[in-house]
Amino acid sequence: MDISKLVCLAAATAISVVGTVQVSVADTSDKKIALSNNYAGNSWRQAMLKSWTKNGEAAVADGVVAAADAFTTAENQVTEQAAQIQNLILQGYDAIVINAASPDALNGAVKEACDAGITVVSFDGIVTEPCAWRIAVDFKQMGKEEVIYLAKHLPDGGNLLEIRGLAGVFVDDEISAGIHEGVAENPQFKIVGSVHGDWAQDVSQKAVAGILPSLPEIAAVVTQGGDGYGAAQAFKAAGRPTPLIIMGNRQDELKWWKEQKDANGYETMSVSIAPGVSTLAFWVAQQILDGAKVPKDLTVPFLRVDQGDLEEKLAGTEVGGVANVEYSLDDAKQVIMGK
Amino acid sequence: MEGLLNPRLMRNLLPAFSLTILLILIFYIQPRTMSYLGLNLLLNLALPIAFATLAQMCVMTVNDLDLGIGSFVGFVACVGATFLRDTPAIGILILLGCVGVYAGLGALIHQRNLPSIVVTLGMSFVWLGLALLVLPTPGGKAPDWARAIMTWKTPMVPFTIYASIFVALAVHFLLMRSAYGVVLRGAGGNPRSVERAGWSLLRIKMAMYALAGFFGILSGIALIGLTTSADANIALRYTLLSIAGAILGGGEFVGGRISPIGAVIGATTLTLAGSFLSFLRISPDWQIGAQGGILIIVLALRVLINRMEAK
Repeated sequence: MDISKLVCLAAATAISVVGTVQVSVADTSDKKIALSNNYAGNSWRQAMLKSWTKNGEAAVADGVVAAADAFTTAENQVTEQAAQIQNLILQGYDAIVINAASPDALNGAVKEACDAGITVVSFDGIVTEPCAWRIAVDFKQMGKEEVIYLAKHLPDGGNLLEIRGLAGVFVDDEISAGIHEGVAENPQFKIVGSVHGDWAQDVSQKAVAGILPSLPEIAAVVTQGGDGYGAAQAFKAAGRPTPLIIMGNRQDELKWWKEQKDANGYETMSVSIAPGVSTLAFWVAQQILDGAKVPKDLTVPFLRVDQGDLEEKLAGTEVGGVANVEYSLDDAKQVIMGK
Repeated sequence: MEGLLNPRLMRNLLPAFSLTILLILIFYIQPRTMSYLGLNLLLNLALPIAFATLAQMCVMTVNDLDLGIGSFVGFVACVGATFLRDTPAIGILILLGCVGVYAGLGALIHQRNLPSIVVTLGMSFVWLGLALLVLPTPGGKAPDWARAIMTWKTPMVPFTIYASIFVALAVHFLLMRSAYGVVLRGAGGNPRSVERAGWSLLRIKMAMYALAGFFGILSGIALIGLTTSADANIALRYTLLSIAGAILGGGEFVGGRISPIGAVIGATTLTLAGSFLSFLRISPDWQIGAQGGILIIVLALRVLINRMEAK
């Protein structure tokens, strides 16, 4: 039987079986789960690690699992993470949850883990090795949703400035593809400039400041998260009117949005992935260890902040952090069932 | 007793000593590593680093530094996962061309008297750009033979260990024991007298750079043999690792002072240092610093030995 059939079968059985499976928590009490993370250098990743630790400590205290340790590589490097995964195999973990540096280049190490009988669950940065589970984010849809919001909000259309992420990373390609697809469906919009902001406010500010003088009037800025505040600063410094800038759930972005909203009724939306997705991956791994049938490909919902719930979300986000939700065992079951 | 305290001998033994200590500590903390599978998982990623370190060492032999080796290995990996698999003839031609480019770099640096750091740093961007052209998004597939070699189940101990020992010895005999090897190293130690003796420094530089390119290719292919597919950014870290490995293994930045066996051991030590820290369950925030700490300790020991020698 080939893999795709297997996946389909697993998916089909999962949908029919999960509802009736009685989850006995005690079954995984002697299991150890490790997080292999490739990068910790921005607010999103820090929040992701914090969510993992908080959730993992609670799970260990409750006796759900024996260990939930987090490991991060020093630099965002494939080779280092491959070595890290191999080390985790040697340390005898029962499941490894991965946020991968590359979708393909870790496959050798992931295969070795599977061959050693270890459950591998990848999330956010997923891996393509068929033996692993994937909790993917529909980044393309995320990019498209930005344009859909713009189409509703700026019916007359206009010029768009696109801020992209880190070149060569597939997340950047996906979000950008979604944005371009959205623009193709809404021809009243035109992307007149595109810069790489590397998902960092300072880089974005510099990049936007550099391209602004050459651009016509900008109606809106489409972003990937972690770049909205920097873009706003660049527009302000250039003395140009502030366009509608899509935000990416970072605290500094939400705070700036709130200030603008209070001052002049500024409207926008903010969308990103909740860093708490690591906790979702944890519970999915726990469910697999527990014997639940889980389809190999799962999708996480985005976390979207709109004009109405801005204050509430901002209040719940710590300074320098990212708007977050942490997932519970029940949330994980919902996702597994495809709801 | 005097023989043991001989600084020169101690300096040569230091890399092996650090490796042994690390291995013993790892075996103690994580007895699971003492198996065939354990050793394999622990050491297999050291092989591409060892090749990259040897490449770096070749360039160091002639008093230069290659800041582009990481991107070069990444480029080779991308070519390996695309052309080398789909159209082997073109793939081999590209890789041969790379060796040629490396030899050309050596010629350029020598003829124009350019700082190697500037030229190779510039080349690192060229390699990265080319790699992105060949493979814009991560993917591709390693040739089956590369995968077969890297996952070859050799008797007794894993393939990596045989390969490391073989390569270390081969390069040792080439550079440390052969007559031409002495000349090559002499070009780093005292270029003027080598030139006066009638040897072409240009040819020596070209030869060493070409050799570096050759080892860079071996590194890239060994790497995709392990990872199964490539990524343009796959080996960026190798630039610094290879320099650290060559120095850790007893090499020096100037003077043609190198040690091929030491370089392979140094690369292995660096790989093991990462595993060691991970087994210790040091918090991720501290791991980065601790890895640097291990490097500092070993290099400090070296400085101590050098001081003893100076007395």
